Amino acid sequence: MAEKMELNEVEVWDGNMAASQALRQAQIDVVAAYPITPSTPVVQNYSSFLANGYIDGEFVMVESEHAAMSGCVGASAAGGRVATATSSQGFALMAEVLYQASGMRLPIVLVVVNRALAAPLNVNGDHSDMYLGRDSGWIQLDAFNSQQAYDLTLMAFRIGEDHDIRLPVMVHQDGFITSHTAENVHPLSDDEAYEFVGEFKPLNAMLDLSKPTTYGVQTEEDWHFEHKARQHADLMTKVFGKVEEVFDAFEEKTGRKYDIVEEYMMEDAEVAIVALGSTVETTELVAKMMREEGIKAGVVSPRLFRPWPYEQIKKALSGVKAVACLDRSSPNGALGTLFNEVAASLYHVENRPVVTNYIYGLGGRDFTIDDAKKIYEELDANAKKGSPTTPLQQFVGLRGPKLSFY
Amino acid sequence: MSEMKKIKNLKEFSTSADRFEGANLLCPGCAHSIIVREILNATNDPLILSASTGCLEVCTAVYPYTSWDVSWIHIGFENSSTAIAGAEAMYKTLKRKGRLPASCEGKSPKFVAFGGDGSTYDIGFQWISGCFERGHDMMYVCLDNEVYANTGGQRSSSTPIGASTTTSPAGRISYGEKKQKKDMIQIMAAHGSPYVAQVAPNKWKDMVKKIQKGFATEGPVFINAMSACTTEWKFAPDDTIAISDLATDSLVFPLYEIENGTKLTITYRPKNKIPVRDYLGAQGRFKHLFRPEYEYLIDEWQKRVDEHWEYLQRREEAGV
Repeated sequence: MAEKMELNEVEVWDGNMAASQALRQAQIDVVAAYPITPSTPVVQNYSSFLANGYIDGEFVMVESEHAAMSGCVGASAAGGRVATATSSQGFALMAEVLYQASGMRLPIVLVVVNRALAAPLNVNGDHSDMYLGRDSGWIQLDAFNSQQAYDLTLMAFRIGEDHDIRLPVMVHQDGFITSHTAENVHPLSDDEAYEFVGEFKPLNAMLDLSKPTTYGVQTEEDWHFEHKARQHADLMTKVFGKVEEVFDAFEEKTGRKYDIVEEYMMEDAEVAIVALGSTVETTELVAKMMREEGIKAGVVSPRLFRPWPYEQIKKALSGVKAVACLDRSSPNGALGTLFNEVAASLYHVENRPVVTNYIYGLGGRDFTIDDAKKIYEELDANAKKGSPTTPLQQFVGLRGPKLSFY
Repeated sequence: MSEMKKIKNLKEFSTSADRFEGANLLCPGCAHSIIVREILNATNDPLILSASTGCLEVCTAVYPYTSWDVSWIHIGFENSSTAIAGAEAMYKTLKRKGRLPASCEGKSPKFVAFGGDGSTYDIGFQWISGCFERGHDMMYVCLDNEVYANTGGQRSSSTPIGASTTTSPAGRISYGEKKQKKDMIQIMAAHGSPYVAQVAPNKWKDMVKKIQKGFATEGPVFINAMSACTTEWKFAPDDTIAISDLATDSLVFPLYEIENGTKLTITYRPKNKIPVRDYLGAQGRFKHLFRPEYEYLIDEWQKRVDEHWEYLQRREEAGV
C-alpha cells in the first residue's frame, strides 16, 4: 500500500511537479517512461515518489520514448491505469505508437511538456510537438499554468477512462515557461484527488482470462475506414459532453472553473487574440491594458485542442470584428494551424471577422507585452477598416528583416 | 504455481486443446504455425501473447476474425517485446494490489512475444535488448525464417551469406547476400538472460523441453526458432519438416541452450551429420551457389559450420 503524502493547502510547484503529483495521486498501475528535457523532472519526481514509498504501481524505466508508449499500450490493454510523460523529439519518436494507442481505444494519459522540434536542436518551449499530435486520435487538453497542469492531469483520467470515451488523453503545458516556473498551486488531498479520479474500471482486459481479447488486428479496405470513422465520430460527438461533465464535477469539488474554450473579456470585445499555452496569460494581461487605451480587446483560448471545439470557437468569436491567431510552431509552408482551424470555424458565420495569423515564440523566443500590444493595435486597425491592414501571416519577434506572407 | 504439461507422444501433443486455431492464413507448409502450436501446447498455464508485425500477425488476426483463443496484442513491427513487457508489468501491479480479474486470480499466466527475424534481429532489436536488460518475466520467441517473408522476401540481418532475396538477389555478377547471419543467440546470452535456446520444429521433444524450461525460468527467456519458409526458401510445402531435418542434421542450425549467460549445452547431436551442400541444394534460394564459380562458397560454408560446431562443443566442455 502506497503511503499518503501530506500536502499543504498551497504548494509551490512548477508545472512538472504539478503534473507529477497528479500522476501520483491517480495511483497509476503502470508508468513506462523515458526522460527528455523539459519533461524529465516528471519522470524524476515520480522515481523519487516511488523510492520513498508513495507509489505502489509498476514504474518501468524503458530505453526510448517509442518503448515507453509501447509499454503503455501493452499495460493498458492488459487492463489498468497507465500514464507517461514526454516532450519534443521523444514525442516525435512515440508518434507511431500514439496512433496505435488511440486506434485500440486505450485510455492512456500522456503529459506533454511542449518543446520545439529539431533541426536545429532546441530544448525550449514551442508548440511543434503539440501540433504533431493533432491528427493522432488523442484528446488534447492545454494547461496555461502549473495549477491547470495539475487540475487537467487529474481530469484527464476521468475523461479518457470513461467507458463511453475510451480514448487516450494528452495534457499539454509549455516547456520551461510553465514546466520550470514555480507557482502557487492548490492541490487536493491524496484522498480527495483519488476519489475524484475514481477507481479504474477495466474493459476488454487482456488479463481477463475468461474473455480473451485480440488487440491490434489487421483491417484493409473492407473495415479500416469504418474503424477510423467510428473513432472520429466518437471524438466529434461524445468527448465535448464528457469534458464538460468532468469540468463541472471538478468545479463543484474545487471551485475552479474550466471551459472547453476559455474566454477573457469577450462579452463586448471587438478584437480578439486566439492563443494556446502560457501565452494566454500574457495576452490576457495585455487585453486589460488595451481596454485602458480604448481598444475593446479580448482573449479566446481553446482548453481543448482536440477534438477541435468548432462550435464553441464559432460562438466565442461571433460578433468580433478582428481576430489574430497566434501559432507557436513553424507552419513550414502554410498558414498556421490555429489560423486554419479558427478561420474554418468562422467561415460560415455572418459578418465574419477579419482573421490574421502571427507566428511567434519558436524555440522559446520570448513573447512580450509589447508584441501583444502591437498585435492588438493591428487588430484595431483591421476592425476599423473591415479588412486586413497587414499581411495575412506575420512573424513576431524574429531577428533580421520583417517576414510576412500574403 | 505453473503447470507443466506431460507430453508422451506426438499424436497426443498435436491433438491437445488448441489455443491457436488452425483457421489462419499462413502459407501451407509454413513452419510458423507448427512452432507456435508446439510452444502453446507445452504448457497448461494461461497465456498472454503479443506479436510483431509480420507473417504470424497478418495471417492470424484479420478483422473480424482471430485465430487466437488467448489474449493477444499486436502494436507494430518493432515492439511485441515491450508490449508484452507492459502487460507483464500490469499483471505484477494488479496482483500486488489485489485487483486482478477474478478469472486470473491464483493463475500464473505466461507472457510470450513473437516476432520474425526482421523484428528481432533488425527493427525490434533495441526493444528486445531493453526488455532483457530490465528483466521482465517473459519469453521472446523469434520465428527465424531468415528473411522479411511477409513483405516479399527482402534480406534481414538474419539472412545467411549466399541466399538470394529480393533485395540481395543473385544475378549475373552477384551471388546474393554478402553478409553472414548475425549471431543473435550469443547476443541475447550476453544480456545475461537466464535462458537462451535455439529450437527447431522437427525436433519437437527438444522444443517442448526447452519451452517448458523457459516457462519455469523467472526472467526474460529468448528462443530462436528456426522456421523453414516454403515461399522464400523455395521448397515444396510438404517438405517443411524434411528441410528442417536437413538444417538440424547438417548443423547449420545447431540445437543448444545457454543458461545464465554462459553455461552452454548442446541438446542435439545428429547421428549422421550430413553435408551443408545437401541442405543448400534442397532450397531454391541457394540454387545459384551450385554454379561452378560459386562452389567455393559452399566449401566456405561447410568450413564455417564445422568451426562453429567445434566452438559450441568446446564451450560445452569448458562449461562456459
